[in-house]
Amino acid sequence: MNWLLNLPPQASSVAKGIDWLHYSVILTTFAGVALVAVIAAYFVIRYRRRDDGPTPRIVAPGWLEGGVIVVLLVLFVGWWVVGFQQYRELETAPSNAIPVYVTAKQWMWKFQYADGPSSTDVLVVPVNQPIKLIMQSRDVIHSFFVPAFRIKQDVVPGRATTAWFEAIAPGTYDIECAQYCGTRHSLMRGQVVVLPAAQFELWRANAEPDHFGGKGDGSGLAAYGRVVAADHGCLRCHTLDGTPSIGPTWLASFGRTRRLADGTDVLIDEQYLTESMMEPNSQIAAGFQPVMPTYRSQLEPADVAAIVELIRSLRDAAPSHDEPRPTHDVIQRGAP
Amino acid sequence: MTAHSQYESLARRQATARLGMWLFLGSESLLFAGLLALFAAYRVMYPTAFHDAAEHANVALGTINTYILLTSSLTVALALRATEHGRRRATVAWLLVSIAFGVAFDVLKLVEYAQHLHDGFAPGHYYTATSLPPSSVLYFTLYYLLTGLHALHVTAGVIVLGWLALRARRGDFTPTSHIALECGTLYWHLVDLVWIFLWPILYLLR
Amino acid sequence: MTDYLRAESGIRSWLGTTDHKRIAIMYLCAVTIAMMLGGAFAMLLRTKLLISGPGIMEPLTYNRLFTWHGLTMVFMFMIPAIPAVFGNFMLPIMVGAKDLAFPRINLASFYVYCAGAALMLWGMVHGGADTGWTFYAPYATTSPTDVAPIAIGVFILGVSSIMTGLNFIATVHMLRVEKLGWMQLPLFVWAIYATSIIQVIATPVLGLSVTLVALDHALGMGLFDPALGGDPVLFQHLFWFYSHPAVYIMILPAMGVVTEIAPTFARKNILSYRAIAFSSLGIAFVGFLTWGHHMFVAGISQLDAALFGVMSMFVAIFSAVKVFTWIGTLYRGSIALTTPMLYFFAFIYLFAFGGMTGIAVATTSLDVHWHDTYFVVAHFHFIMIGGTLTAFLGAIHYWFPKMFGREYPEKCGVLSAIGVFVGFNLTFVPQFLLGNAGMPRRYYSYPDQFHVLNVCSTLGAYLLGAVMVFTLGYLIVAVFTGKRTSANPWGSRGFEWRVPSPPPTENFDEPLDPTIGCYDYDRA
Repeated sequence: MNWLLNLPPQASSVAKGIDWLHYSVILTTFAGVALVAVIAAYFVIRYRRRDDGPTPRIVAPGWLEGGVIVVLLVLFVGWWVVGFQQYRELETAPSNAIPVYVTAKQWMWKFQYADGPSSTDVLVVPVNQPIKLIMQSRDVIHSFFVPAFRIKQDVVPGRATTAWFEAIAPGTYDIECAQYCGTRHSLMRGQVVVLPAAQFELWRANAEPDHFGGKGDGSGLAAYGRVVAADHGCLRCHTLDGTPSIGPTWLASFGRTRRLADGTDVLIDEQYLTESMMEPNSQIAAGFQPVMPTYRSQLEPADVAAIVELIRSLRDAAPSHDEPRPTHDVIQRGAP
Repeated sequence: MTAHSQYESLARRQATARLGMWLFLGSESLLFAGLLALFAAYRVMYPTAFHDAAEHANVALGTINTYILLTSSLTVALALRATEHGRRRATVAWLLVSIAFGVAFDVLKLVEYAQHLHDGFAPGHYYTATSLPPSSVLYFTLYYLLTGLHALHVTAGVIVLGWLALRARRGDFTPTSHIALECGTLYWHLVDLVWIFLWPILYLLR
Repeated sequence: MTDYLRAESGIRSWLGTTDHKRIAIMYLCAVTIAMMLGGAFAMLLRTKLLISGPGIMEPLTYNRLFTWHGLTMVFMFMIPAIPAVFGNFMLPIMVGAKDLAFPRINLASFYVYCAGAALMLWGMVHGGADTGWTFYAPYATTSPTDVAPIAIGVFILGVSSIMTGLNFIATVHMLRVEKLGWMQLPLFVWAIYATSIIQVIATPVLGLSVTLVALDHALGMGLFDPALGGDPVLFQHLFWFYSHPAVYIMILPAMGVVTEIAPTFARKNILSYRAIAFSSLGIAFVGFLTWGHHMFVAGISQLDAALFGVMSMFVAIFSAVKVFTWIGTLYRGSIALTTPMLYFFAFIYLFAFGGMTGIAVATTSLDVHWHDTYFVVAHFHFIMIGGTLTAFLGAIHYWFPKMFGREYPEKCGVLSAIGVFVGFNLTFVPQFLLGNAGMPRRYYSYPDQFHVLNVCSTLGAYLLGAVMVFTLGYLIVAVFTGKRTSANPWGSRGFEWRVPSPPPTENFDEPLDPTIGCYDYDRA
């Protein structure tokens, strides 16, 4: 069946389930079209024109029309239910997924692990391990597509979008850009190299730690995030240790729900954090003032990724008791 | 227009013209609806930026323009009524008054634009103001697009009214046959109605 | 009375005419030229794709060509094709009117069409857009090519489309002959009516969205520019709000055509009049609620994906009901396999197949894999070419005697129908398989494993192109030299067959009498 439909190998944990639905939809619809064709052919032969006489007036009874509609409705909505469940699975990364920060630009992919290694157009991942891609674009819309994994996600400038996969067999799989992005769109290809766990560890140990154009200290994305945050003055208002300040602390915030000034709740994830850097005042945390300027044209996607990773790396940390208590001055400024 | 009209009666013909005009107006209003939908979407996305930007709207000029347009709606209606009573000169006069209101509206609009441009609130990449949150530029871009499109409609309406005034003066309209005038006034009412939406959304909504 | 073709002569009698039939003929010429142009672009594209790497053209040229192919086919051919030609010609006759409600607006719509087409062609000659016909921001707003003239051309073509739709709605409401109720209207009229509603409602929003792109590209309005806080995904919402219903503007009239062909050649009443009529309206309305299914991987919320997915399923049901009704119409009929009937069968198969793959891509999780691949390309070509073009060709053959008062060569017609069917399948079935394998659309070069199927597809396209040239050739010859024919050569009950062929300028020598309905084949 896979061969017949010319589908790529089923190399991810979700591929089998999606292909199963694919088979059932395609086979059923083929059968439907074939049935229509056979009936039509039969009618053409059986009722071919013999004379010019009148034909009986036949009107479809209501029960037949209703029946057809109900049967189709059940069938179609059934597929939709299964398809939507799978879609939710595709959209929701498992909590143990390793984050990889992806930057798309005309016409290349850049991949960045939180703990250092980065690469262009080749993404090296361990087998049987969920990987979460946190993607940003530097210019136009791109789309990250790995046919063998059955995943695809547009990468939209000004936003963070995410996708995840778990490769189930070592090998090399093509990455393609699926959203038309300009002259060399068709050459914006890359590869996912899936390695057995041991080999992956070896690769990671030997991989050249990324130096972020000389700015980072090579000890990982979160560490670079500290540099970026300090350079851009983020740490003047946000603290890393839970100390109250002008802006919400970054400690133990990622993955939690935050109450906003307008009374709604929002999950602090990559998308929320990215949006907060681009358009700080659209979602104000309850109890804080809308005083943060936008960093839209000041932060490169790699910088945004570094800050997101910094905040993510602090998600489980407990408030440090060794730090000096907040000064009176800070509390006063932080008070709404 | 041709000897073999496809209509069985003049009344039928007028009713059809009226229907056609309403369809056209419906289509026109969807043009604005698309922009208003964009405005709504961005307003939800950037509530503070839009709130702050709206503070800079010139409510006084906007409100004066609202009165001008509302009054002009009355005057075109009076022109139509004058025709229905067979008063040709009154028709022409009321149409000319309406045209004057339309021109006044456009002039005030230009004054408003000039003021905004002077303050740096230009659309898109020409925006130079720094006093507002950055996304306020979207408010102004949409402000120019919405009011600009509307001003184009006002200008088109003025031309239509001028053409109708000429025809009225020539005596083309009789109390029973004046469908062109009726459609023209309908168009003018649409222009007015669109403004009735734009005024609260752009000027009053904070 | 003289027929409309010979009523007056000279080029002026054509260019200044307000006769809906003459305007229809002018539209026929225009859209045929547009189709041939769009087809020529397609041939060039397919020729490039014969080899996987760089070939006969630069990537930028290729990108322009697929953009022009899409724009020409969608806006200059597919949208006006059936409504402005056959709707224009047949609709007034089918409701028993002497002309459309607004004949001068009808003529004006033709010239607006010409102006829009001319501007677009000028834009193409001038270096044209390389954005794809969907104009996605921010690529479209930052493209190195000149986007504005083409986008404005789309806007102007949209104005023409609105004028046509408005005219049809007014005609159906106001100019029906006495005693012709809504439920006695020919179903082609219902289809055109539903189409017109979509045209009037949706086209302004399309005009707006492409104009915003033009303003952005030419003047830096930046409404969708992320650097200014704009949201590119919002453009997609705005664009597809029209452009998805536009798909139905293209297919509904085609459905109307085959609904006329089937009863005539099966000598049989439509199995369920109300099913066809109301499903057309259903498609028109639900079609407005499905646009988000173009954006399942664009980063829309899961709730949106769920709603747009289920709405798309509902639309499919209307289409499926139509397919079953058409087939059921053949039951106990008296079927003659003429050229239009062959096109009818080609339509049924291709539309059913295309529709079924539509169900597949509406299934959210499957769409993630297929989105923006050749599977989607093949899917919409099955609907647009397999559906609309096939119906367009069926309509030309079916109404040829009526429009020109002459016969076309039947053997050539049969050959053409078979050729279109074979060529079409050879072109697009391989594209389904390419999409399954994961070949993205708009690819100038591709990995070698896709080579064989691409060659198949190109050969199919050549066959299809050759058949189209052949068809055009014998039809043009037949217009001038075909054998004269009678008022009703098919023995149809349709209203349009009750007037002479070609019809006189005022259509009816005596008013249409709808007492015997247009599908009443049970009476001698």
